[in-house]
Amino acid sequence: MKQFQGQTLSWALKDGVIELALHREPLNEIGSLTLEELEKFVAVLDELSREAHALILYSTLKGGFCAGADLRQLYGWLQEFGQSEVAIQARAYLERIHAVMNALDAAPLPTIAAVHGVTFGGGFELALTCDLIIADKLARFCFPELRLGLIPSFGGIPRLKRDLGNAVVRDLLLTGRSFNTTKAQQIGLVSQVVGEGEVLRAARATATQMAKFDRTTAAAAKRFIKPIPLDELRHEIDIFCELLPRPAVRDGLKKFVENTGAQPYLP
Amino acid sequence: METAEKTLDEILTLAAAHFKVPREKLSADDDFFKALGIDSLQTLDLLTKLENHFHVELPDYELQGVTDFRTLATKIQARL
Repeated sequence: MKQFQGQTLSWALKDGVIELALHREPLNEIGSLTLEELEKFVAVLDELSREAHALILYSTLKGGFCAGADLRQLYGWLQEFGQSEVAIQARAYLERIHAVMNALDAAPLPTIAAVHGVTFGGGFELALTCDLIIADKLARFCFPELRLGLIPSFGGIPRLKRDLGNAVVRDLLLTGRSFNTTKAQQIGLVSQVVGEGEVLRAARATATQMAKFDRTTAAAAKRFIKPIPLDELRHEIDIFCELLPRPAVRDGLKKFVENTGAQPYLP
Repeated sequence: METAEKTLDEILTLAAAHFKVPREKLSADDDFFKALGIDSLQTLDLLTKLENHFHVELPDYELQGVTDFRTLATKIQARL
């Protein structure tokens, strides 16, 4: 399937580049439907990769790349299921999310996250599966999960630790603050900073450069330098599922879901 | 080092230009959400613009409860 038009995302293989566009309003929150469509994508990724030399992930929405997990769905689970049942439900969901994220992380071709605006929580974690992050000047990166009494659960902590080290993870995680692109580039998270509206163009130019190199060599280099931290990823799911059934989490999610204030995105 | 008044003036000018609001309609004690007509996502844009302009890091939590340009200027001034 060289192209797909879904409700939350679309992809197309064109001129040797796979472009995966996120377009679920309001800000690409990752819920069950997005997961189903991401699963469709990773199911054909190997086949697509035989004809492609790069994959670009981006958002068509003005507000940003992705605001993270669909917290309304998570809050709904807490209301629908009992304390023990919600952890079972969440674990099954996270196993599927991790399978997708791991497949993207290990994709047999170079991958680029082209991000702008809000790149928070699960959206940040999605970007972290990519080999390079190219960001526009107004992008911001954040792990706001602790204010809900949770930790990131889409694989973000082990991946950020792998790529940048523990101190950066602690800063983002324990303060909940967001980094701008300048800061993100200084610490090595972002590969290129571009002007507003230029991120997809820059990603395409980078993909064109990547096409100059032998595909097998690029895949071998990637396997060598980018191991998947499987043990830590498993541990992350365990911790999340231990934390989830607590009343503090339900209260935090309720506060977020019912927040009509002007600053819900500020931790 | 910039003076507090100059910092405040630069914030007002930058905000007016970015959100296409006449500069003369903005004043120091305005609620910037109302004066600029911005939501939370646009507030993040403003934060990033200000950080880039003044070459400072302004942690989000320092903006909790900040709604007027004058207090915003004070927060930035403290990091110059």
